[in-house]
Amino acid sequence: MFVKENPKFVENKRLKLSNSQLKWETIFRRILIAMSVLLVLIILGVLATLILESLPSIKSLGIGFLWGKVWDPVSNVYGAYPFLVGTLLTSFIALIISVPFSYAIAIYLGEYNPKGWLSDLLKNAIELIAAVPSIIYGFWGLFVLVPIVRTFEMKIGVAPYGIGVFSSSLILAVMIIPYAASLGITLIRMVPSPLKEGAYALGATRFEVIRSVIMPYTRSGLFAGVLLSLGRALGETMAVTMLIGNTSAVANTIKDAIFGPGNTMASVIANEFTEADHTQYLSALIELGLVLFFVTVIINLIGKRIITRFTNE
Amino acid sequence: MEARIGIRNTKSVIFKGIIVFFAFLITLPLIIILLYIIKQGAGQVNWHFLTNVPAPVGEAGGGISNALLGSFIMVLIASVIAIPVGMMAGIYLSENPKTKLAYYSGLCVDILQGVPSIVVGIVVYFWIVKPLGTFSALSGSVALSIMMLPIVIRSTEQTLRLLPASLKEAALSLGVPYHRVILKVIVPCGFAGILSGIMLSIARIIGETAPLLFTAFGNPYLSTSVTKPMESLPHLIFTYATSPYDDWHNLAWGASFILLMFVLVLNIITKLLTRKWKVQL
Repeated sequence: MFVKENPKFVENKRLKLSNSQLKWETIFRRILIAMSVLLVLIILGVLATLILESLPSIKSLGIGFLWGKVWDPVSNVYGAYPFLVGTLLTSFIALIISVPFSYAIAIYLGEYNPKGWLSDLLKNAIELIAAVPSIIYGFWGLFVLVPIVRTFEMKIGVAPYGIGVFSSSLILAVMIIPYAASLGITLIRMVPSPLKEGAYALGATRFEVIRSVIMPYTRSGLFAGVLLSLGRALGETMAVTMLIGNTSAVANTIKDAIFGPGNTMASVIANEFTEADHTQYLSALIELGLVLFFVTVIINLIGKRIITRFTNE
Repeated sequence: MEARIGIRNTKSVIFKGIIVFFAFLITLPLIIILLYIIKQGAGQVNWHFLTNVPAPVGEAGGGISNALLGSFIMVLIASVIAIPVGMMAGIYLSENPKTKLAYYSGLCVDILQGVPSIVVGIVVYFWIVKPLGTFSALSGSVALSIMMLPIVIRSTEQTLRLLPASLKEAALSLGVPYHRVILKVIVPCGFAGILSGIMLSIARIIGETAPLLFTAFGNPYLSTSVTKPMESLPHLIFTYATSPYDDWHNLAWGASFILLMFVLVLNIITKLLTRKWKVQL
């Protein structure tokens, strides 16, 4: 209005320029907002797709799907129990193996040797463990680890499959160590030094300082690191698919369950998704994906919550 | 009294020994895997290997050119999608940390980071493969870009948050419009951090197999069409590693060697970059 009424300003290039800049400013802000909204939409879309596509299976099988013991696509019977057991078993064995290592790395790099070339080297090596693609772990495991496990199984007198839950857990353990370890290093370095100095002044040895000052102080944070590792282990697909042996039968004894072949939720999806030829089969697989999605997301979010609370304190 | 102190000191020394032992023991599998892949794979790699498609069973020779080209194309498209989106979202999160939208999209980044890669594969299958009626490189790229997003967003957000507020205030007080302040002042200042985030995310997605199983699928021939199935390095390794033929295993070892070297080099460059620019990731 002002511009039109006052002919003096009509040809003002500067004003035009600044007007166009203002327009761009608004557009830019809108793009920023749109991209953030897009993120929310992606997550909602993922959730909606999984739920919609697994509806046929949810409707016909109900909640009993989760503990149905038989998975037989040929006769159209679907139960998730073998895969739930397989997933939990591989993840927890992997976790039990990996926790001493991640805690040791966290304590060593956080407390004993926080600086210097050796510490840098070790820290970079830990990060490289996380960088190696999971397909390479699987390939290596299949050709190197499996024969070793097979000899080991013959020695302890169980059926020497080689591939199976135990081999997958070993590889998984290596793969998930960096997640708990690198978080642990950061947290242990955050322990206030007056606390440690106080304990030393009272005559505590280094071990006693770690046990009675550092560990209690960082307990919740280290636990969060273990949760992140667990979330990683539950969703890991390729390495496990190559090593677990892929049978949907439920093992009869504990020995068989640990050393025999099995299947996890992720591996059964990877193996059977492209073969699923009817709706019921496909949607049962997607329901497995939905369960996997919920479990990993919840574990991850709890872990992240604990970390933010810890670092804000 | 003296004896008691002796016991406590011994305990402390033993504990340190155990910690050091466990901490260094874990580098053993890494070294073994690296050496094994180098031993098996390095011998396979030559010019012929890089420029030919895989040979059928029983024929000597053959290479992985289709997988190299496929991985390159798919990672390129994924980057073209994920980098602008990720950077913009990251800028929004660092500029408006207190809004409701920032809270929810921050939550979504956390969720996205935890989504198993196989689930991303399923979802993209229903979003793109099923409507188009065929496996395609494009759907593979979209799946990879979703895997890439959280890393790009988080690195952008954290780098920009570390920049001093006076930079922005100085630019704004000179009358520079908001979008130019961000694009010409703030982003260039945090460039090294953002770049290292991008490189880390590329190193991560180039090795992803699970999201490609139901999207890009794989293709034994050289293909540049993004609406057709396309081979990728990790998928080639998966198919040939699980095959029963020795020739194919050798092909897979060679491909593993190249993939591993690429990932390692990207990681090392990122390390040097962050050290030179003193970026905290």
